[in-house]
Amino acid sequence: MALQHAQDYLRNAMMPHIWCPGCGHGIILGAILRAISKAGLDQDKTVIVSGIGCSSRASGYMDFDTLHTTHGRALAFATGVKMAKPELNVIVIMGDGDCSAIGGNHFIHACRRNIDLTAVVFNNSIYGMTSGQYSPLTPRGKFATTAPYGTIEREFDLCDLAIAAGASYVGRGTTFHAQLLTDLIVKGIANKGFSLIEGISQCPTYYGRKNKMGGPIDMMKWQQEHSVNAVAATKMTPEQLDGKFKIGELHNSPAPEYIAEYDKIIAARRA
Amino acid sequence: MAVERSARLMQGNEACVEGAIAAGCRFYAGYPITPSTEIAELMAASLPCVGGRFIQMEDEIASMAAIIGASLTGTKSMTATSGPGFSLKQENIGYAALTEVPCVIVNVQRSGPSTGLPTSPAQGDVMQSRWGTHGDHPIIVLSPSSVSETYRLTFESFNLAEKYRNPVILLMDEVVGHMRERVDLHSLSMSVVDRVKPTNKREDYLPYDAAPDGVSPMANFGDGYRCHVTGLIHNKKGYPTSKAEEVDFLIRRLHNKIDHNLDDVLKYEEYMVDDADIIVLAFGSVARSAHNAVRRARQNGVKAGLFRPITIWPFPEAAVTALAQKAKHIIVPEMNLGQLRLEVERVAGSRCQVSGINSIIGELIAPDQILRRIMEV
Repeated sequence: MALQHAQDYLRNAMMPHIWCPGCGHGIILGAILRAISKAGLDQDKTVIVSGIGCSSRASGYMDFDTLHTTHGRALAFATGVKMAKPELNVIVIMGDGDCSAIGGNHFIHACRRNIDLTAVVFNNSIYGMTSGQYSPLTPRGKFATTAPYGTIEREFDLCDLAIAAGASYVGRGTTFHAQLLTDLIVKGIANKGFSLIEGISQCPTYYGRKNKMGGPIDMMKWQQEHSVNAVAATKMTPEQLDGKFKIGELHNSPAPEYIAEYDKIIAARRA
Repeated sequence: MAVERSARLMQGNEACVEGAIAAGCRFYAGYPITPSTEIAELMAASLPCVGGRFIQMEDEIASMAAIIGASLTGTKSMTATSGPGFSLKQENIGYAALTEVPCVIVNVQRSGPSTGLPTSPAQGDVMQSRWGTHGDHPIIVLSPSSVSETYRLTFESFNLAEKYRNPVILLMDEVVGHMRERVDLHSLSMSVVDRVKPTNKREDYLPYDAAPDGVSPMANFGDGYRCHVTGLIHNKKGYPTSKAEEVDFLIRRLHNKIDHNLDDVLKYEEYMVDDADIIVLAFGSVARSAHNAVRRARQNGVKAGLFRPITIWPFPEAAVTALAQKAKHIIVPEMNLGQLRLEVERVAGSRCQVSGINSIIGELIAPDQILRRIMEV
């Protein structure tokens, strides 16, 4: 089957999009669309669920059944969609604050249940839509409108959090490593269980400006220079890894899927 | 083989579950909280037996979100809660109202505010059930007074939710939820209403296209219509808009679809009101005490009557106006500090006197308290 072009999955009537010039979110959106195409998902049997924030506007641009929910709740809505109609492919788009702050509880429990959802988190380390406040993924010491003297909070490593909470597939890419990101999403979709793909994105408008990181190209170069492939990282010393983050497949550990387990109960009760 | 008897002793919460499943509910998401927990427990046991699914979510917010997600696939869905849990549902009740996703929320009221008097009866959520979520929004709220009525109104809640594409709240109280009465399910057979589905092609389907007081057909996720559902104000296509005329049309239509169909939505019961000088207006478990008090007042030669709103919201304004024109006094006993009385006063205006009997001590208002007031006025 010929692959569909990513732009064939866009709703042209919704253009122009809201993202700022230089924003990385369009690259992650492109990676998701290419992954959907590569995975061969049926466009009419695929649901995109998103929360609230810059990243979550992506659902509106995608020509599927799309659900733009409330702040932080995307995974809870998606859980209902998937449980009621497990034959649907459900992809969940969230931002870093959306997923890890207001949606943090839903996130760890979706991981724990290992329900068959593919979550893609657009991590630009900032609340963009509300103009640049720090999130739980903003690195300690960085600046934001609500951290004018630098944030004193320690950041989450979202992938480590997902692994600890029970997600069966976890990977991280960046907007610089867009092909890797696509491949990770394909694998996440293929995983029968909860998959988290973290996409490091750049927000030149707020995060970059507040932290003097330069323009979008400078921020993507920063991603290139500060990322280490997960396989290579296994041969590196803690000193060599200091200040770096791992990209690639970080966890692949198949586990019983929630709805499959539930359906055993249905089968037994109706036998 | 055991013969299933249609009549049995049943708890209010149990009747709620029976009514929901009979109405076609096949998905339940909830979080434990007394005095509604039996509903979750019975749903957990019952749903897999009919091919449905149950999930205990991480909190009340998630439960409300999950039933909306499930309903979007065409699956009738419900959650139940009490007190503090109802506060947490509010965020996504507003989402369901704006996006017009049918769903049923059961609130077995308990004493508040906050953790309150766990888990004594109260009726303190009258106003929250109407205005709990932010922004102008339509809502339908029904309140049962007996176990068999809990069955019927749960069923009816699903029907109304499907018909009007709106969240429907079943406002129970602890007394009705935990009370046991004989219920004959066979005598309660009702017709199931399902949402209208689109018949046109994807290219021609507008998910929010309806007359100024109408409801549009609703496509299921997965049926190939590729709809966008958003909590942003949207146009007929479902896409975000801030155009004044589109915003105005949508929000007014959402209200009109309920307000222009009051004959269908409003339910109430009247007992000896025709010649009554004194009307007791009561709902939920308190209406049982009120019924007893009115009957005894009549035995004492006092012309008393009972008006029992079954639909609390929208409030049965026309019927109460008519009563206020005839009666001298309306007494509103309720287990709160006068929430429904506010509405009665607004409607009655200067037509008659209105007074309340208000209890917040976590005990049902007794018939004697109401009878005493009837005799006083």
